Amino acid sequence: MDVDWRALLLVGIVSLAVAVAVVVLVAFALVGLSARSGAARHGGEASAPSASVGTAAACVCLVAAAAIVGFGLYLVVV
Amino acid sequence: MEFSIIVVVVVAALVFDFTNGFHDTANAMATSIATGALRPKLAVLIAGVMNLVGVFVSVQVAKTISDGLVDEARITPVVIFAGLVGAILWNLLTWLFGLPSSSSHALFGGLIGATWVAAGVDAIQFGQLLSKILLPALLSPILAGVVALTATLLAYRITARAGRATVSSGFRIGQIVSASMVALAHGTNDAQKTMGVITLALITAGTLPTDAGPPLWVILTAGLSIALGTYVGGWRIIRTLGKRVTEIQTTQGFAAEVSSAAVILASSNLGFALSTTQVATGSIFGAGAGRRLASVRWGVAGQMALSWLVTLPAAAAAGAVAAYTACLGTIGVVIVAVVGVALAAGIYARSRRQPVTAENVNDAPAATPVAANV
Repeated sequence: MDVDWRALLLVGIVSLAVAVAVVVLVAFALVGLSARSGAARHGGEASAPSASVGTAAACVCLVAAAAIVGFGLYLVVV
Repeated sequence: MEFSIIVVVVVAALVFDFTNGFHDTANAMATSIATGALRPKLAVLIAGVMNLVGVFVSVQVAKTISDGLVDEARITPVVIFAGLVGAILWNLLTWLFGLPSSSSHALFGGLIGATWVAAGVDAIQFGQLLSKILLPALLSPILAGVVALTATLLAYRITARAGRATVSSGFRIGQIVSASMVALAHGTNDAQKTMGVITLALITAGTLPTDAGPPLWVILTAGLSIALGTYVGGWRIIRTLGKRVTEIQTTQGFAAEVSSAAVILASSNLGFALSTTQVATGSIFGAGAGRRLASVRWGVAGQMALSWLVTLPAAAAAGAVAAYTACLGTIGVVIVAVVGVALAAGIYARSRRQPVTAENVNDAPAATPVAANV
């Protein structure tokens, strides 16, 4: 009876890190995108990003999320 | 006799794979259907196709099943057939009640029960069972729940300032991708189990060497069978997971699906045969709690936990009875097959009285309790 604790731990850490990273990146991307519609600037908040900055940041975030997913799939397939 | 019993085992395995498919459509698609990210019919089509793709991606789990769960040298294809019949019946029964129980545990339970009766308790490799199956089964839904909880909390915190419409539609689009990933992950884990069983049957019959992986025709037929089952769609379970656990918003749906996909794919890659159902359920509860703890119907959670506990022993009992009968000889196998088909037909007929379909899946009858006596 030998339990492969290291592999189990690895599954835990990897899935936590990957899932949280992807969700957070997509969430930030949506914050960036919503700057375009101006909806985020309610109450004249100073920190609200401008439309083009928001869109650019969103693109970076989405590309990063896609890269994580792509790399994960690559590891599984190969 | 030897050849015909192999055919019977393969057919039973593919039938099980089919029930596995429609039992588990909910895992990938329940939250997407509930939030309206995907129309029900389209959702099951995507799930079916992605399942088929996933089947070809990884065969690690199939190897875990065919390689040392039970002692190949001491069981026959008849025993495997009996185990499959037990698993199929338990899957159909839980589907009737809309319970997202684990198809994998039904399969392992059936096989273990059948082996126990036919070859004795020491033909079961309990060490393997514990380390590769029971332990992951215990930990994976908790892990998925914690991951989904964390992701949901962060997602709500980050998007708090953003435009509500953008967030909602953004995550809705995200859900289409994340749900497809879960379906793919399902193919890499659940479809593998049937492949593993067919491979195991071929090994016990002597057609394959003991350490063989699944042949191509096995991969192909198992993949098609689970994809077809997925496409047919287990609407009863989709309703339970999508509507009865908690009201799901697109942010939660996305977080839950990403968490499920991450946990399942990571496990598949290391050969852990976890229950995709339990992972998906854990994620949905985590995502529900991540928004508001009180929004989760914990009573439903209790009923599910109970059905999870019962699944392995119940399928084992059914498998044991089937094995006892089937080992009487050809007539026994025929009896098991006939009784199995009759019971399955009975369960199907019972389900027609209150059908749940693509059209009414989102009409949540929150008041109807899941039969707790299952």
